[in-house]
Formats: sequence, structure tokens, C-alpha cells
Amino acid sequence: MAPPSDDLKLLGSWASSYTHRVQLALKLKGLAFEYAEEDLADKSPSLLLHNPVYKKVPVLLHRGRPVLESVIILHYLDETWPDVPLVPADPYDRALARFWCHFVDDKLGPAVGAVFASPSEGQAAAVEQVHENLRLVERELREGAFAGRRFFGGDKIGVLDIVLGCGSYWLAVFEDVMEVKLVDPEAFPLFHSWLRDFEEQEEVKAIIPAIDRLLEYARGVRQMMLGLSPQQQ
Amino acid sequence: MKAVVLLDFWASPFGQRCRIALAEKGVEYEYREENILGAKSPLLLKSNPVYKKIPVLIHDGKPVCESLIIVQYIDEAWPDRAPLLPADPYARAQARFWADFVDMKVRSPYADASHEFDSCSSLRIATNNCAQPVCSQHPLTLFFMYQFFEYGSRLWKLKGEAQAAAKEEFILILKLLEGELGAKKYFGGDAFGFVDIALAPFVSWFYSYETCAGFSIEEAAPKVAAWGKRCMDRKSVANAVSHPDKIYEMVGVLKKKFGVE
Repeated sequence: MAPPSDDLKLLGSWASSYTHRVQLALKLKGLAFEYAEEDLADKSPSLLLHNPVYKKVPVLLHRGRPVLESVIILHYLDETWPDVPLVPADPYDRALARFWCHFVDDKLGPAVGAVFASPSEGQAAAVEQVHENLRLVERELREGAFAGRRFFGGDKIGVLDIVLGCGSYWLAVFEDVMEVKLVDPEAFPLFHSWLRDFEEQEEVKAIIPAIDRLLEYARGVRQMMLGLSPQQQ
Repeated sequence: MKAVVLLDFWASPFGQRCRIALAEKGVEYEYREENILGAKSPLLLKSNPVYKKIPVLIHDGKPVCESLIIVQYIDEAWPDRAPLLPADPYARAQARFWADFVDMKVRSPYADASHEFDSCSSLRIATNNCAQPVCSQHPLTLFFMYQFFEYGSRLWKLKGEAQAAAKEEFILILKLLEGELGAKKYFGGDAFGFVDIALAPFVSWFYSYETCAGFSIEEAAPKVAAWGKRCMDRKSVANAVSHPDKIYEMVGVLKKKFGVE
């Protein structure tokens, strides 16, 4: 019998896609939890106590014990509450899902971040990096491990959908703020239709912050990075 | 081709993790040496098109990439013996966290072998050479720019003040591991497991780190040093990892290649 979820607490940040991953997983599994918003510029004693190594969100507290790192948290949730499984059952499928989750955090995510952080001269190269990485994902959807599937997890959202999906909304935000095209539906038809399908899911809509809030946030960060005051923009 | 094939490089600590795991499980496999200094084999390129790196485990023709993912796969594909991860979900989460910590903090140059020898990119990363000073100063920028710092290899790639700073950081990492190990026989407790496998191949690099940066791991982290010796007593580890002298010899070659002297 699965343990009750009445002792679950999530330390997170509203604009953190890593936090959204955990929130989405909890929602999909129907698990109740307490949420505490962290001010990352002024971290709480609780965050520093429970994640002394990295001092980052998200931190999941279950019966007071911390579980750290979003993908590790997703595995923990799956193993503790096996209903509505997120991680595949077959060892090879698990290895594939884990590999592509690693790819998102190791390659695709940083490439998207680099577009956002790039000054105008470096932007074209940064955008090409994103496209290179998206091409790899598109290929897997077209003819590789995930060919023919609605979601990476199959008929239902799985761990890779969560990891790739929570964060992909930044693509639209950065396209707007940076005035650059990242996901051309003609170049990446399968990725584009997967993302639309993912974003239409009720649970996903409930988790992702409103686009104008994200836009405002991203514009603010971009201005800070470029060292401009809002008036000078 | 045998049912289980490992594409690997003799000195790669990442490949060695896989060899240790396979040995712990008593799985027979075919070892294939990749010449990472030369042209990559067609099989490697086909099996790992995303990263084009070893190790790659090919099981019944299906490739698995990334050493810690391979080790977990080995654990799950042969579940009937020598479990490498604990049964309890919370203990599993902790094991995954610390194995991931080793990857983030104690990586070797072979983490990125192809780039390493082509473009010296990791040397640029190691010296934190950012072309845009404004961007590099803002914490959010650092978050987005996401640079991998190879803390271990900085000990022999850098000189002078930069090396001294790298040494202090590395000692902090060792102390964190020391704290996590505590009085346990292995990171996994009584049973040798996932975190031990993740870290054991780097024990061969301790001598090089100590000699190049001038410090003693025994002094900085005596429990980790003792754990290292205990790991070397295991056949699976002793057969897989490189001799410290061979690693030191190779570090010498790499230092010349990077022009560090």
C-alpha cells in the first residue's frame, strides 16, 4: 500500500523549469503536497539545511527527508508511488529515457540558455547549436527510438516528456525576447506537434506559469545581463 | 558479435565503471578497445551518434550510452544477482545523488575525449575564459552558461595560483565525500554499490592529483583514502581500473600536449 502523501513538501521557484517538473509529476500522480516558494536571492534556512551541497531548488521533503535533483526526484516519486508510472518498466526503455533526459540537461537546455545569454554577435551560432540539438530529437521522433509515439512515454506523458516539456516553453519566450526563430514547425514538425500536444494537457496547463509573466521575467533578466536600464532599452 | 559488447578505452574511468558493474554481476562480455586518439569506429558512431563517446554498452545489438546510465541498466537487466542499487527508494535517491555528484565534481579529461584532443576546449573551460565579462559576472548568466568544471583535471592542467585554488576546491569536494562516507565500509553501506562504482576508477588518479598539486588525500580525507584501498581489494575493481603509475605517465603525456609544464 503506497504511503500517504500528506507529508510532502516542495521547495521551489515559480520560474524554475526544474521545479515545474516536480510539480507536474506530483499532479499527474495525484499527490497532495505543500509548496514553499524560495527567493533565490535570499535562500531560506530550510533550503540551505536540506541542500547544503548545491543550495538549489527543487527540494522535495518527504517525512522531513530531502530528495534532491529533479530527475532523481521523479524517479523517487515513481518508486514510492508506483500508480501512474512515469519511468518505463523495461530496462532498455528506461536507459533510453534516462539518456535523453541527460541530453536535455547536458546539451539542449544549455544551448537554449546560451541563445538567451548571447550578445547579438554570438546569437546566430547559439541558435544553430539549438537547431543541431533539436534535429537530434526530431530524428528520434521520426525514425528512432520514439518513432510513431504520441508522447515520448507512449500514449501517456512520461519522465522524458516532463523533463523536455517543462523548459520547452522557454523556447517561445526566448523567441519573443530575442526576436529569433528557434522552433520552425517546418524544420521540426514532430517536435512542434509533440510540444503543442504536451502543452494542451490539463495537468501541464495547470503548472506552467502564464506566458506574460514568463516574458516579463525573461525581459528583465535579459536587460540585466546586457547592463541596460529599462529606460535605455 | 557477442550478446554483450563494451566499446571502451583502457584508461577511461567511465568505461571502468561499466567493467566493474559487469564483473560484479558476473556478466560475460566482449571488450572492444576504441582508439579515442584516432578515428572513431563505425560501430561507435552508429551506437552513440549524439556524443560519439565511449563507453557504450551494446546488449543484443541495442546500445546504451553514458556510464552511470549503463551501470543502472546493468543492474536492471540482470536483477537476479548482486544488486548495485539499494532496494529502498530513499536510499536509491541518495545513491543517485552522490553518483551524480561524482560526475559533476570529480570528472576526468576523458569525460569529453573527442573535444579534449581536438580543440583544448576543456582547458578554456578550466581557465574560465569567458569572452563577455558582463555576462560572466551575473549569477543568472552563469546558470545559463552552465560550464562543466573538471575539478580533478584542473589539478594537473593549471599552475600557480589557479592550481592552488583548484586544489582547495578539490579538497572541499573530498571532505564532502568523506562526510557522506562516514564510518561506513562503502558508500552503499555494507554492500559495495552504485556510488562506489561511480568513484572507484578515480582512485587510480589520486596519485596524479596529489603529485601535481602537492597535497595528500590521506591527510585531507583519510576515510576516503581507506575506502579507496578497500575498493582495490575487490577483484572487480582491481581488474578494471588502471595502475596509478600508468595514469601518472598518461597525465605527463597530456600535460605536454596541453603545453602545461
